[in-house]
Formats: sequence, structure tokens, C-alpha cells
Amino acid sequence: MNFPMPDLMPVLPELFVLGMTCAILIFDVISRTRTPAYLLTLATLVGAAAITLVTALPQTRYTFGGQFVDDAMSDALKLMAYVATFAVVVYSRGYLVERGLWRGEFFVLALFALLGMMVMISANHLLILYIGLELLSLALYAMVALQRDAARATEAAMKYFVLGALASGLLLYGMSLLYGLTGTLELPALARVLETGVGDDLVLAFALVFVVAGLGFKLGVAPFHMWVPDIYQGAPSAVTLFISSAPKLAAFAFTMRLLVDGMQPAVADWQGMLAVMAVLSLAIGNLAAIMQSNIKRMLAYSTISHMGFLLLGVLAGNFAGYSGAMFYVIAYVLMSLGAFGLVVYLSRDQHEAENLEDFRGLNSRQPWLAALMAILMFSMAGIPPFVGFYAKLAVLQALVGAGFVWLAVVAVLFSLIGAYYYLRVVKLMYFDTPRADAPAIVPAGDARALLSANGLAVLLLGLMPQPLIALCANAMQMTLQ
Amino acid sequence: MDFTSFVFYFFSAILLLSALRVITARNPVHAALALVLAFFTAAALWMLLEAEFLAITLVLVYIGAVMVLFLFVVMMLDINVEEMRRGFWSYLPAGALVGGLMVVEMVMVLGGKDFGLGAVTPRPADYNHTAELGRVLYTDYVYPFELAAVILLVAMVAAIALTHRKRADTRQINPAEQVKVKRADRIRMVNLKPQKPEAPKEED
Repeated sequence: MNFPMPDLMPVLPELFVLGMTCAILIFDVISRTRTPAYLLTLATLVGAAAITLVTALPQTRYTFGGQFVDDAMSDALKLMAYVATFAVVVYSRGYLVERGLWRGEFFVLALFALLGMMVMISANHLLILYIGLELLSLALYAMVALQRDAARATEAAMKYFVLGALASGLLLYGMSLLYGLTGTLELPALARVLETGVGDDLVLAFALVFVVAGLGFKLGVAPFHMWVPDIYQGAPSAVTLFISSAPKLAAFAFTMRLLVDGMQPAVADWQGMLAVMAVLSLAIGNLAAIMQSNIKRMLAYSTISHMGFLLLGVLAGNFAGYSGAMFYVIAYVLMSLGAFGLVVYLSRDQHEAENLEDFRGLNSRQPWLAALMAILMFSMAGIPPFVGFYAKLAVLQALVGAGFVWLAVVAVLFSLIGAYYYLRVVKLMYFDTPRADAPAIVPAGDARALLSANGLAVLLLGLMPQPLIALCANAMQMTLQ
Repeated sequence: MDFTSFVFYFFSAILLLSALRVITARNPVHAALALVLAFFTAAALWMLLEAEFLAITLVLVYIGAVMVLFLFVVMMLDINVEEMRRGFWSYLPAGALVGGLMVVEMVMVLGGKDFGLGAVTPRPADYNHTAELGRVLYTDYVYPFELAAVILLVAMVAAIALTHRKRADTRQINPAEQVKVKRADRIRMVNLKPQKPEAPKEED
């Protein structure tokens, strides 16, 4: 028996994160305060980013017998995932301390979730995709339930867990049918078998239905969106901030690996399914968001519509569409980090700033925070010159280029409807007077500085989108070759 | 129909019926026992596929360990199934209709052509499944194997984070402190001057 030692260089970031997470887990037990664990978590993220940058090569590398792939797309998405996790940990410090959630487990679970995302982003095998997904989901379920004495958080965790298990079942069943049809679990091999034809297209479509349904659930697109508002609202705001940001990168990578790397030959089959899900998400997300008075719920519905937009990019089925979708997901993660980050920042002792009412007259209390929120809302609505505009534009261009003009028209119409509820937040902040009993905002230097950087990044990337566009195009070029 | 197919259909029928019992039984202990039967027949089906190691592991791990623990939990918790199952019968017609429709569709799509009972090519008598499984697990599939271990670690961390708590209403004693106690810690000598007790006031 000879077993060549796998090349561990491409997996170095994963190994580093895993090792550091275990170290933090042990270190946290013996240290008296949580501050060392917090600093170590930040150091882990910076270290992982450094390793990813140093080991990045211009060519695609495979290891573990082709189960792991390291290409430009995975490097870019992983870097973005580190940034998002870093921001989540910094933003939520004050919030966690005040609610008794300032515990080592929060950092450890967040890092494990990050590891799951990294595994998904670099997966080249159905089994690895699934295991990465479960690693991410299990850590997220536990994080939602971390606030044990809050009935709302426990209920949200229960819903998330049960529905997540159901979706995993659907996904696994679809994968098992694909394996039965093609006899392989490796994504490139799967694509090769599908290229030559599997004989029975009906069974292939049937397997695709299950796979796409599971995928839709994990992305949180209609009609598999029921969990999103409840869990966003019920989870502690710091956890909502996490769920709404970094995992979307992993979900995008999951979609790309599964549908494009693995099943590009069946594009005609999945295009239609994605189109239905995208249109439904745009409609339900934008229309339902108008009626919300809770900002976490409103942003949850807005997430649904944004994920619908993301699917539009993927279903265009061409190079421009894929790189546009990647641009969209990175822009969305930046915006979502900022918006939920502000919700977390404004929430203080015993008071959750989760209702739209809490933003009333923010301008007269904290002009800079109000300006940041306004930037984020304008960007989410897709108004130039913010990054959200270019993200929408890239996807729409790809759609028209692929001949889906009617889909582009539908997307623009629903974006117009969506602009109403984003602008309502701006109106509340600038033109209404604050409530007399509005709680004081406790300043926290580090979170405030990072939030400012986040808001300015949304503005700057909108003014100069070229580097990010080039990055996404380059990443897709390399992945698709 | 040859004997192998007969055995397959026999065990499959028991598997389906016991799985149905798991979700319809009124008594949770009965449901757990039906689950044991379902696991056992699934193990028998694996045995038919010559996957002996997996079959025996299923019996040992799931029936021997997991289900026994599960039965303990079910017996210790006082679960009112009727309370949890409220609405089961009223939702049943709609659910059964949708479920039945899906079963018919699945049979139409998946039946026979692609997923029939193909003959399994028998392995030679000295073929060692356990060794083969171990070989691929620690070589080809070492990456997912290690990741599965990480998932178990997450499950452990999560379980402890969610259930371990210090209760405020329990009083604990620390034996180490008790042993180390000195006489001086417990007794304080006070030098009291002798004094006369005051005479009780007379009441008028």
C-alpha cells in the first residue's frame, strides 16, 4: 500500500484556523477574563489572511486526491470571510458583554463556522461540500441558542435546527441520486459524465430539484425563505450580524461549485429553477419588507431579495453573470455588515435597537452614525454612486447579455419597490424628531472606527469599483478555465 | 423472483412499516422500539449488499448504544405526546394527499429503469471489507474524515455551552476549604467583663 502524502500547502489557512481554534478553546478555560480569547481570535483572522495571501498562486491547485481546490475564487472569498468575521467580532463586543454572552464559546463557535465556510469555499467533492455545510450550520445553530434564557432565541434556534436538518436531508437525497446516476462524487468528474449524457434526463432533473431545493434553503431564497425573518429577529443581534454576512459568501461558493463546476452541462435544467426562485424572492422579499416595523425583520426580507438578485447573476449562465454574482455577494456582505453592525452598535443595556422607531431622529443624536446608515441604505437600494448600484448593474448587464431581458425588467421593477423601505429609514433618521425617551448611545471607539471604515468602503468601492470588478473577473476566469 | 430479491422485499417491507410506526405510535417508548426495528432491518439490507462491517456497526452503535440511551431519556422525561401531537389528525388528510402524490411521482421517475435490483457482483471469499474501509478512510478520504471529527468537536462545545450552567439557588461546599480550616477561623475569643444582669423593670 502506498499513499502519497497530500500537499498541505493549499490547506494551510484551514489548518491554521483549526489549530488556533483548538488553542483558544483550551486557553479560554485557564484564563480569567475573556479578553485574551478575543485578541487571539482577531490574531487568528489576521494570521489566516496573511497565510492565504502568501500562499496564493496564480494557478489552480488540487490536493487530497482532488477533493480540495485552491483557486483565485476561493482565495478572494476566504479573504472576504476573514474580514466579515473580524468585523462581526469587533462590532459585537459591547453587545455581548452587556448581555452575558461574552464567553469563550462565542469566539470558538464563530471560528468553527468560519472553518466550515472555508471548507465549502474550497470543496471540489460533493461529500466535502456537505460536511463543510454541516460544520457551518451546527456552529450557527449553537450560536443562535447561546442566549439560553431568552425564549425568543431558543425558539429561533429550534426552528433553524429543524428546518436546516430538513434541507440537509433534501440536499443529501439529491446528491445520492446524482451519485447513483453518474457513479462519482467529484465535481469535475460529475461534469464530465454529464457532458457525455447520463441516458435518463428525467432522473437528472429530479435529482436537480432536490439539490436546488436544499441550496435554496441554505441561501434563504423564496419559496424556502420562511426561516429567514424569524431567525434574524429571534437571534441575538450579534449572531444575526454573523448569519447575515459571512455565510452568504459560503452559500455563493456552494452554488458555484455545485451548479457551475459540477453541473454546467445541465445548465438548461437548473436555469429555469433558479429563475422561478429568483423572481419569487425579489417579489416576496421586497413586498414583505415594506410592512415591517422591526428593522431586523425588514433587513431579513431585504436579504431574501438580495439573494434573489444573486441567483439572477448565476442563472445568466455566462462568465459575466458569474463574476457579477461574485461582485454582488461581496458588496452585499459589506452592506449587511454595516447595517446589522449599526443595529448592534445602537443596542445597549436591556435595550435592543431593533425597531424602526429606534432610528427616528438619529441625525440629531449622532449625525455621523446617521450618515453611515444613510450610505448603507442608499447602497442597498442600488442608488449611485454606492457599491450596491454597480453590483446590481453588473448582474443586470449579464442578464441582458444572456438574453433574459424580461428577468432584468422584473428585477429593476422590484428594486424600485424596494427603494421605498430603504429610503423610509433615511427619512426617519433625518426628518423626524427623536423620541424623548431614546436611550443614550454609549460610544465604543474600536467598533465606531471599524463601522466608519465599513461605510466608507461601501462609498469608495462605489466611486472606484474597477479593482473589485477586476478581482471578480480574474477569479472567475481562473475557476472556469 | 429469486431468493435474494425475496429477502430484499421482505426486509424492505418491515423497514417501511416500522418507520411508519415511529411517527404514528402514541407511546414514545413504542416509537423508539420501532426505530430499533427499523435500524435492524436496515442492517439486514446492508448485509445483503455484502457490507458486513457497516451492518454490524449499525447494530452495535445505533441499536446497542444510541437507541438504549435514547430509550432512557424517553423513559425519564415525562413527555405528553398527545399534547405535542395536537393537530396531527386534522393535518393528516392534506399531508397524506401531498405525500401520496409525491410517492407516485417518485415511483414514476425512479422506478425500475435506473434503480432496479441489479445483481451485486460477489466479492472473493477472502475479501476483507473492514480492512478496505479502513484503508480508504485513512488515505483517500482522510480530509472528510478529519472534518467529521471537527464536527463532533463542535457538537461537544455546543452541547456544553448550551447546557452547562451555574445555578444560583444551589449551595456548594468546598471540601478543600473545610479541611484547611483552623480553630482561629471558627472561634473568636472575647474578653468580657463580668457584669450583673439588669434587674427587670417592674411593671405597674
